Amino acid sequence: MSGTPHIDMLRSPLGRARGLGSARAGSHHWWAQRLTAVALVPLTLWFIFSVIHLSGASHDRVIDWMSSPWTLAPMLALIVATFHHLQLGLQVVIEDYVHEERLKVPSIMLVKGLSVILALVCIVSVLKIGL
Amino acid sequence: MVEFNLPLNSRVGQGQTFKAPAGAKRVRDFKIYRWSPDDGKNPRTDTYQIDLDACGPMVLDALIKIKNEIDPTLTFRRSCREGICGSCAMNIDGSNTLACLKPIEDVKGDVKISPLPHMPVVKDLIPDLSQAYAQYRSVKPWMQADTPAPPDGERLQSKEERAKLDGMWECILCFCCSTSCPSYWWNGDRYLGPAVLLAAYRWIADSRDEETGQRLDELEDPFKLYRCHTIMNCTNTCPKGLNPAKAIGTIKQLIVERQG
Repeated sequence: MSGTPHIDMLRSPLGRARGLGSARAGSHHWWAQRLTAVALVPLTLWFIFSVIHLSGASHDRVIDWMSSPWTLAPMLALIVATFHHLQLGLQVVIEDYVHEERLKVPSIMLVKGLSVILALVCIVSVLKIGL
Repeated sequence: MVEFNLPLNSRVGQGQTFKAPAGAKRVRDFKIYRWSPDDGKNPRTDTYQIDLDACGPMVLDALIKIKNEIDPTLTFRRSCREGICGSCAMNIDGSNTLACLKPIEDVKGDVKISPLPHMPVVKDLIPDLSQAYAQYRSVKPWMQADTPAPPDGERLQSKEERAKLDGMWECILCFCCSTSCPSYWWNGDRYLGPAVLLAAYRWIADSRDEETGQRLDELEDPFKLYRCHTIMNCTNTCPKGLNPAKAIGTIKQLIVERQG
């Protein structure tokens, strides 16, 4: 559809501008990106502050810290928000720059798949330490 | 994929230099993009040395002087010479603006002029804007209302309602903003661009229009609207001082607002 002006040349400009019409979607994606961005500000600050605070602490103390629900919950929230934000953002980057449909769809699948796997690895690791 | 190099037949070469007349005191070099569809050659940059003492103050004055006195083949659009028709939109000194509103004195060093970026070129400084005009038409930039206008007069709106249209009705559709937007460069076939989205919002914000919901439906699209990444080039470059980025932000807000 897009990126084929040499084929579309005889089509009217209005026909090309209307294209496949409105997807009537996209606001959810946009809103989720904003929401995760806002959530990441306190969560990331909390994480950095905690790591600095724990520097030099004993192994037992770190395990102890991690086992508290008040640590585990924000930690899981941080992981979910980070990887959700990551895959939303990378999807937009790919859509911006990759116009070849045969390359675009697999790239987006790869980015989303990798994000899910990495997020799950982080979640399982955190739970193994914390539970 | 996006191409970061110009295709071979678009690479810009060095062109001719037209010397200033002897005795000229305040000489400035105007380096102007030239391309003709008729000679099969690559684009080139011609240099015109202009005596500023014998030229009007604006860049458009210099272009007209070149066409009248030095090189009649130089091709560009112009009409009103006072920033209301939008014809002489072009890239001057690295940013899109109207040649008639751009004082030569504002440019330091050589005055580099090229057509609006990333549009097909018809000739020299004339871009092909048919696609942008079609995108404008696609947002139905006219009043849509089922309620008939009062038989004895016009549709009324309060002063406050009318004030909401300020900053939008002034748009002259020169497309300086759209052609300054990287998102429009990469995805101009699907992204509507700031000029058209500003026009779309102008009708969304109009209290007399009754198709607000329909208009938002039509815009809610990952490409038509959400390719805007708030880069703000549009607002920075607008020669009329308008703020398309704010209009686009408000459209996004309204679409979220109606969901909950």
